[in-house]
Amino acid sequence: MTDATAPDGTRGRGAGGARGHGAEPEGLPDYVRGGRDGLGEAELAELERTWQSPPGFLAWFTHVNHTNIGRRFIITSLVFFALAGLLALAMRLQLAQPLNDVLGPEAYNQVMTVHGTAMMFLFAIPAMEGAAIYLAPLMVGARDMAFPRLNAFGYYVYLIGGTVFFLSLPFGLAPDAGWFNYVPLSSKEFSAGYGIDVWTTMITFIEVSALTAAVELIVTILKLRAPGMSLDRMPIFVWAVLVMSFMILFAMPSVIVASALLMMDRLVDTAFFDAALGGSPLLWQHLFWFFGHPEVYIILVPALGIVTSIVVTFTRRSVFGYAALVLAIVGIGMVSFGLWVHHMYTTGLPLMGRSFFMAASAMIAIPSGVQVYCWIATMWGARVRFATPMLFVLGFFAIFIAGGLTGVMVASVPFDRQVHDSYFVVAHFHYVLVGGSVFPLLAGLYYWFPKATGRMMSERAGRWSCGLVFVGFNLAFFPMHQLGLEGMPRRVYTYLPETGWTLLNQLATAGSAILALGFAITLANAALSLRRGAPAGDDPWDGPTLEWATTSPPLNCNFARQAVVQSGNPVWDRRRAEVSAHVGGLRTDRRETIVTTVLDARPHAVQVLPGPTPWPFVSALVASAAFLGLIFTPWAYVLGFFAAFVTFVLWFWPRRPWRED
Amino acid sequence: MRVCRLAAVASAFALAGCDGAGGVLAPASPDARLVASLGWWMFASAIFVLIVTLGLVLVGANLHRRGEPRRISFRASVLLVVAGGVAAPLLAIVAVAISGVVIGDEVEGPGGADGPWIEVRGELWWWEFRYLDEDGEVVAVTANELHLPVGRRARLRLVSDNVIHSFWAPNLQGKTDLIPGKVNLLYAEPETPGTWRGQCAEFCGLQHGLMGFVVVAEPPGDFARWLAAQAEPHRVTEPEGLAVFDRIGCAECHTVRGTSADGEDGPDLTHLASRQTLAAATIPNSRGNLGGWITSTHTIKPGAKMPSRIPEPEDLHALLDFLESLE
Repeated sequence: MTDATAPDGTRGRGAGGARGHGAEPEGLPDYVRGGRDGLGEAELAELERTWQSPPGFLAWFTHVNHTNIGRRFIITSLVFFALAGLLALAMRLQLAQPLNDVLGPEAYNQVMTVHGTAMMFLFAIPAMEGAAIYLAPLMVGARDMAFPRLNAFGYYVYLIGGTVFFLSLPFGLAPDAGWFNYVPLSSKEFSAGYGIDVWTTMITFIEVSALTAAVELIVTILKLRAPGMSLDRMPIFVWAVLVMSFMILFAMPSVIVASALLMMDRLVDTAFFDAALGGSPLLWQHLFWFFGHPEVYIILVPALGIVTSIVVTFTRRSVFGYAALVLAIVGIGMVSFGLWVHHMYTTGLPLMGRSFFMAASAMIAIPSGVQVYCWIATMWGARVRFATPMLFVLGFFAIFIAGGLTGVMVASVPFDRQVHDSYFVVAHFHYVLVGGSVFPLLAGLYYWFPKATGRMMSERAGRWSCGLVFVGFNLAFFPMHQLGLEGMPRRVYTYLPETGWTLLNQLATAGSAILALGFAITLANAALSLRRGAPAGDDPWDGPTLEWATTSPPLNCNFARQAVVQSGNPVWDRRRAEVSAHVGGLRTDRRETIVTTVLDARPHAVQVLPGPTPWPFVSALVASAAFLGLIFTPWAYVLGFFAAFVTFVLWFWPRRPWRED
Repeated sequence: MRVCRLAAVASAFALAGCDGAGGVLAPASPDARLVASLGWWMFASAIFVLIVTLGLVLVGANLHRRGEPRRISFRASVLLVVAGGVAAPLLAIVAVAISGVVIGDEVEGPGGADGPWIEVRGELWWWEFRYLDEDGEVVAVTANELHLPVGRRARLRLVSDNVIHSFWAPNLQGKTDLIPGKVNLLYAEPETPGTWRGQCAEFCGLQHGLMGFVVVAEPPGDFARWLAAQAEPHRVTEPEGLAVFDRIGCAECHTVRGTSADGEDGPDLTHLASRQTLAAATIPNSRGNLGGWITSTHTIKPGAKMPSRIPEPEDLHALLDFLESLE
């Protein structure tokens, strides 16, 4: 199954190596010249044709390769990030003066709700999923994900659900009960319009896409790793993605159940949450936060993986405490399911019960501390390269640790009863989420952009962006701690002049403008570098993991031949050793990837993966129509069920056994 | 404090003073003081940890500038991770948990409560305070202005029959939610006379942002006199204004004890003129503001449930005379 060959001579396609995806005409593209990884020119050309995503507008809807889908997830999530960021600026503008009238209470509440919901559900989770979908198969040396069509389905669900959700704002149908949508405020009695229905149906719908991503990431990571990549040789980022996926699997059903119950309360008067009819408003809070708390860690955990990848590459050292880091990530994943009540300290639950959650909440400090100190031990005395990705990681350290420390403070029941639902908490969770998630994502963008596009991003612009984001962020959010302590509740559309909150609010607004400028520079940098960036070559950063072993951007088939892995840093090994091992014997005329055992990745099968197909798109379209209909009538559920069933039958129509593939 | 006072004086909306500034950091009750000192301790420890950890990051990552890159020994690395990553957080957890339970028990407990029973009702979007006697009978009803006796531990029953609100007077006590179908208890024990601002802390809809209230702490004697006055019905001295009050529909929602007005949707107005503010502690209580609130309610508070009314000028004056007589 495997054989050893000399390292190929074609690494680093050099100047002009960047190429568009999939649109190769008949002749041989440059990058297959001379073959690769011991695979001959003609075979590689055929393999590339087999894995090609067909060009053309209509064919766009049939693509299933994980690089295409991952890239779409990331770009779409960045668009939502920009839009939700503009909403934040509108809110900051409104709060820059007491009794301001940039936004009335109605508009403000909608903007505030859409900002929070979009940042969580349309930006943070999909961005992490997108990064995972793009990178995890490359890092484990697979040719694609385990279920490419499901992957495509998940993307269209997210795209359609997210777009409809966002469009509710210009149409004045936006939800306005906050991103955690508490009942009874969100019940029919107190929110009559379609806004809350848009929230419940679209959030449920978008979570379907998170679940599909989780399932296929788990299977891809556990079953499609390159031979030799036993669990203890898996990159930390892949571990983090695995933990994130399991967390999604356990957390999302809770919010889907909650919003389905609320949907039923609103559509068919089931009264699950109506205290007057024996329901319970607190039930919503338990169900929501049983999802909502792990959710924070769902977007933090992969970010920790990104940070580890970057620390390793930019110190040129393997990480200290691999096992400790893995255990810490798994530990965070597990403990995060035992914290949800710390969002409910003020609801009048017995102090004894809350005390357990207080201890559990503070316990998160241990795995987080272990990770931070493992990184410090790794960096200690190393020749650290302070390129833009590393600078963003340093920013992550400062902001995330500060947010973690205020997190320990709000874990304390008596202190939290003062700052809960105040601007102190707004400051805290922006420190954790922006510090713990957005900084690593930007670091990852600068780090992997060359891999995905074949071009480097501008280092100069990157440094400016990092500096502005860091300064702007702290100026915008640090004063909010003080505002909260001075008594300013969150989610207020305005405040009175005599409260004395004006100056700090103005600082925050000024900071948000600087922050926005910082983000804009990175977005512009990415857009311009697509065409103008310096050619990157295969491995511009000297990274240790398998994504750097292929071309930039990756081949259609990811790897001409899949690698055989002998340590946790296969690409560094390959450079040191004169020979490298590859999988041989896979066919080039159909999409094949090697399947290995879960624990030690011994090869035991070959999976044939499906090629381009429009059915996932059609299914997603039908399902979207059904969910949209649910906003207006419960009958949409019945109709949608059968219609979707038909598309799934066509999707899963068995291949004829007498056909070659 | 001085700057704050100046700003308050300069402001057209100035309330009775600015004791309210400082919030959590200007505690006026034993409970708030305990929590504030807990906060300061945690803040100081957090700053210490932040400086040490970031210091280690920056020093460690720049050491190589002084010589060849070198890796610290395995033993030293383990020591670093165990000390910084396990021992220090463990210490923090124990400290947070123990202080949390002890202080939580202290500030949330009844602690020999000897103050008045008060039912706090969260409305859309204002506060009703019902003073109860020992049998739970209502003695007096007021709105958006909570009077408390100094040195006594008042018992607040927090209830709501609409959406969830949260009662927060940061100078006195942490917040507790008002949840439909549930009764929560909260104790408030001001140490010194004073006036503070409080506000709804749980998002409750359109006017959540301005759902404020005023807390007035006064010596027990003054408090008893105030409560006795509030319990009295109104003796009509302005019958013309009362007629307007009835005619334009105010009485459908507002109660004025001692008259036929017995609506229950809006605040009890029996002693409106004794209050410092209007519109859930949003504007000072003056004749001009009262007129403005009646005639252009939704300019001041968009979405407020009260419909605005524009009576004839002489009717408006009679109405204002009547409202100002509600002492």
